[in-house]
Amino acid sequence: MSMLVRKATRDSYGESLVELGKEYKDIIVLDADLAKATKTIMFKEAFPNRFFDCGIAECNMLGVAAGLATTGKIVFASSFAMFTAGRGYEIIRNSICYPNLNVKIAASHAGISVGEDGATHQCCEDISLMRSIPNMTVLNPCDDIETKQLIKKSVEIKTPVYIRLGRLATPILNNQDYDFEIGKGVILSKGNDITIIATGLMVYESLIAENMLFKIGINARVINIHTIKPIDKEIIISAARETSCIVTVEEHSIIGGLGSAVSEVVCENCPVPVIKIGINDVFGMSGTALELLKYYGLSNENIFEVVKESYYKYKKDLYFI
Amino acid sequence: MEKIIKNQLKTLACKVRMGIIEGIYSAQSGHPGGSLSIADTLTYLYSRILNIDSSNPKAIDRDRFILSKGHTAPALYAILALKDFFDYNQLSSLRKINSSLQGHPDMNKTPGIDMSTGSLGQGFSAACGIALSGKISGKKYKVYSILGDGEIQEGQVWEAAMFANHNNLNNLIIIIDYNGLQIDGKVKDICDLGDIKLKFKSFGWNVYDMDAHNFESMEDIFESIINNNTEKPTAIIQTSVKGKGISFMEDICSWHGVAPNKSQYIDAINQLKQELDKLEEELLCLC
Repeated sequence: MSMLVRKATRDSYGESLVELGKEYKDIIVLDADLAKATKTIMFKEAFPNRFFDCGIAECNMLGVAAGLATTGKIVFASSFAMFTAGRGYEIIRNSICYPNLNVKIAASHAGISVGEDGATHQCCEDISLMRSIPNMTVLNPCDDIETKQLIKKSVEIKTPVYIRLGRLATPILNNQDYDFEIGKGVILSKGNDITIIATGLMVYESLIAENMLFKIGINARVINIHTIKPIDKEIIISAARETSCIVTVEEHSIIGGLGSAVSEVVCENCPVPVIKIGINDVFGMSGTALELLKYYGLSNENIFEVVKESYYKYKKDLYFI
Repeated sequence: MEKIIKNQLKTLACKVRMGIIEGIYSAQSGHPGGSLSIADTLTYLYSRILNIDSSNPKAIDRDRFILSKGHTAPALYAILALKDFFDYNQLSSLRKINSSLQGHPDMNKTPGIDMSTGSLGQGFSAACGIALSGKISGKKYKVYSILGDGEIQEGQVWEAAMFANHNNLNNLIIIIDYNGLQIDGKVKDICDLGDIKLKFKSFGWNVYDMDAHNFESMEDIFESIINNNTEKPTAIIQTSVKGKGISFMEDICSWHGVAPNKSQYIDAINQLKQELDKLEEELLCLC
């Protein structure tokens, strides 16, 4: 694990687009005056004739994406998560997902780690909004390698995909030869005492927490869920059966996100406690990304504390510790 | 325009109106007012303008038509059925469970529908995307879209209007169905649109006025549009009568979204039958 190399997933996205643009002549990229921030500018520079800046008009951009897709184009439409999943929700629902069109919505600046811009720009509800729409696939990569793979794999899916990207440079934890399937979670640590299911930025923090837990004798299983929808039921049910307690960790509201998706599976198949770490139904505020992540409990220290507490609370009786 | 052609168009438009009434009466639900106001325009487009083939409704190079005012789907379904995209008898399945004729157009369920629409303002953006794709790929097709006058209160419409001008979408022609009424009342009383013509002109569009119920006027307008070697998108403001063709529905706001009862249905169909008889007599004289 090369912990020192960091890269924002939005940068990985920009680089992937350029690579894919060479292979797929039908890829068209749209942005809404945030090309420098979402990194679609890299595609613009490489393929100026296949890039269209729609101006600060996200709803129209998403509708244009839908129209392009009806003619066989593979469309990537980008802006911040707030202005795509948020402002553009209904266009995504009615013009993209209802007709089941080949549009990839790559939304950067998701979550609290947007930082200094504050609450208006920190979208912590996008997973909830996007995963409730039929036909939609929802992806939330954890690092550079996973982002590049997911962007590439998303092109092979001919239906709508929402890809959640971050602003913050994050550690690269996967190796170059890392491979996986959309819809299949990845077990990063095989413990059987308790399970941590994490997504996006929180995967790395969860791995550090797992290490801290190991030192106090708790063997935690860590699962990376890069595909929030369709969720990997099998890996979740196995975790519930084999470890009897799950802690979910996400840089998103505890309402409707990964924690909810996991709970839905657990409740119906193997009811065990599911404890959710995420944004607790509050708006964010300005601050540096790292300060905010810590403040809202999205740090390895807090994951360690919550998992430890959950372990003693729910598993003490089982194991008479 | 030749008198016989005019007679044929009027006859077909009358049949479209019958299809609208049959569908909405059968469903006991739907939007007759705005469907009737675009019946003549659809008849004209599908008979004289659109380069489409009912036996190959997904042909890559076909012209596209997007009904941005999707609630008036009964009119679109009627013309598509009359142009053999599907069986006319299907019109009576409108809005019924498991029907291919949804309350609002669904491109995956109905042959001949180029984009799913219904939420106002959205079809226009999709039309821009299709037009843009045509420009990128060097296709010759044109994209036509009908918007409601009330619909252009949606902010997204003006985002699309800017986009179409900026990208020189001269293959895009929109028609604004200016019947002056929306659900809650007169457009000018609900939220006045101001000078629509001036608005689109100031957004960089070519703008034309058209009488929505006069085929000769339509022919003139479309001829000048086709001959206009423009770099810019085109908007036609068509003055129409909501409920056109059924005496008791004409210009009555409450006919926006209700179905006729049995006696109203009989009355409406009789009016249209009389019109058809009249047109048939006229045709006999012309031949």
